[in-house]
Amino acid sequence: MAELSYREAIAAGIAQEMARDPMVYFIGEDIGAAGGVFKATVGLFDRFGPDRVRDTPISEQAIIGAAMGAAMTGLRPIAEIMFSDFLATCWDMIANQIAKTRYMTDGQVSLPLVIRTANGGGTRFGAQHSQSLENWGMAVPGLKVVAPSNPADAKGLLAAAIRDNDPVLFFEQKSLYGVKGDVPDGEHVDALGRAKVLRDGKDCTIVALAAMVPKALSAAEQLAAEGIQATVVDVRSLVPLDTRTILGEVVKTGRLFTVEENPRLCGWGAEIASLAADECFDDLDGPIVRITTPHVPLPAADVLEDAAMPSVERIVQTVRKSMR
Amino acid sequence: MSTQVEKPAAADVDRPTRLRLYQLMVELRDFEQRAYELFLENLVRGTSHLALGQEAIAAAYGVAMRSDDYTFCTYRGHNHTLARGASMAAAMAELLGRANGMLHGKGGSMHLTDVTHGAMGSYAIVGAHLPIAAGAAWSAQVRKSGQVAVCFFGDGTTNIGAFHEALNLAVVWKLPVVFVCENNLYMEYTPIDSVTAVKHPAADRASAYGLESILVDGNDADVMYDIARQTIGKARAGGGPSLVEALTYRHGGHSRADPAKYRPEAEVREWMARDPINRYRPRLLEAGADEAEIRDIETRAQQKVDAATEEARNGAPATVDAIERQVWSDGSAQWRN
Repeated sequence: MAELSYREAIAAGIAQEMARDPMVYFIGEDIGAAGGVFKATVGLFDRFGPDRVRDTPISEQAIIGAAMGAAMTGLRPIAEIMFSDFLATCWDMIANQIAKTRYMTDGQVSLPLVIRTANGGGTRFGAQHSQSLENWGMAVPGLKVVAPSNPADAKGLLAAAIRDNDPVLFFEQKSLYGVKGDVPDGEHVDALGRAKVLRDGKDCTIVALAAMVPKALSAAEQLAAEGIQATVVDVRSLVPLDTRTILGEVVKTGRLFTVEENPRLCGWGAEIASLAADECFDDLDGPIVRITTPHVPLPAADVLEDAAMPSVERIVQTVRKSMR
Repeated sequence: MSTQVEKPAAADVDRPTRLRLYQLMVELRDFEQRAYELFLENLVRGTSHLALGQEAIAAAYGVAMRSDDYTFCTYRGHNHTLARGASMAAAMAELLGRANGMLHGKGGSMHLTDVTHGAMGSYAIVGAHLPIAAGAAWSAQVRKSGQVAVCFFGDGTTNIGAFHEALNLAVVWKLPVVFVCENNLYMEYTPIDSVTAVKHPAADRASAYGLESILVDGNDADVMYDIARQTIGKARAGGGPSLVEALTYRHGGHSRADPAKYRPEAEVREWMARDPINRYRPRLLEAGADEAEIRDIETRAQQKVDAATEEARNGAPATVDAIERQVWSDGSAQWRN
């Protein structure tokens, strides 16, 4: 095991796959000599050269369109969209073209590509550089959606996404880039579509994603001190969704809480709540509770952003109140 | 501002090639005409965008391309797909929503695709396929395959961002891609010159990307074949992209819902007189082609379309098992375990 930061784990995952497969190419803005604006691609340009690690203009439609055209003709491209908010500028490429072309051609076309993007708040960047947009991807059939919460998953899930034969939206939580953790030595490849139970508790199940996972774990610690034992599940992959693990944990405890960084309406937790209501109704001992950012654009000032996003305190209070 | 490419001397295009161009144009014309008739019979559901009158562009590039080159086209894409050798029966069956359709009923008229013939798709959101074509060209470039991507689009596309993003990237990366603007003078129902800052929507913008300005008569099969050879040759030789503006005219409206009443009668008359097939036939005869040979081409085209129609009409309706199929590469639509 080596201790890597989340950003180093991203670069390590890309390097591992580029070294393994000469068809893996990487394009994006400032990803080359600059090493990425979040320094998550440092060293790749020097190691793999300007042909395989290629800087692009600020042209998100061209970046994603080029990745699609390359993927349908033999490459396995990785495209970086600097901030997930910018997905809006190339959403036609993603939602209309990439997501639908295999289906519309009944399988004539394969699109093995990964769109990496820095997602989420906590960095005081304001409403256009802080959104948590995993649910945008989740709402479109044909896109896989992955969001790792720690360095080991960042490397392993990214490697799995690159090897996957379908398009994957890979959301890297930018407030996690500096977080360190153990990453297995040697080749590390995880599997998409598997949630992970990070903590076992008999009283309730807290389901979280990306930056909300460490918060959920801290909240569970505090709740344990008060006598409430919480299971914490890291969803990791929204599409495919590991309903077996998630709902299995809900059934065991009889209570479900979701912790979502996204604004309230149609967040990913709403789908999980719906599945639980549908399939575990008789096992539920109380209401399903979603803990989200209010339905507002994320404000910039530190005090406002912190108060808007789900915090450890809010998770603790919400669970405590609901479990009383 | 733009350079008009003159008609090449007939000797520049050999006789078998010219007969092939004529044959392809007639086949495309007959197919589209039949598609229109099937609408009137209410056999084609949904919309369809016919390219009657625009055959010379598709035929010229179709003949000039290498079999492994890539075609990217729009929702007005029947001609471009068929020009690569895709099955006419499968195309017709797709229009009819049949199980034996090219996409088994899952795409329809606007999305004809036949990857085995290099027809990489018909794209129905204006502009989207220009960056995608650039991506296929990028792939060909790094794989050193010698393949060229040719991307066809309408005049209306020149005012959308993806056009400019794709042109810039293609030039910066020196990609083997040819962008062909089919300027049929109307952006759907609106005259293109009434909504565009320059007279020639593609040719006048070429200089913004350091490209030669190329404006050609898109209704002249010889001119089109010559420019196709030049631009494909340049791309294949590593000379980078080209942007071609080919002037043409659609016989009918934008889509089946549009009777095209907004076009002045004199303009329609003028362009109908410049119909690419009616112009090419006497030219072939002048150049020594045999009347019987030409009639034979016309008869065989009609027979081919008849046979395709028959096969399509005899196809079973698309089957519902197609609905939850091929969302993912494992063939399934499974999003959970």
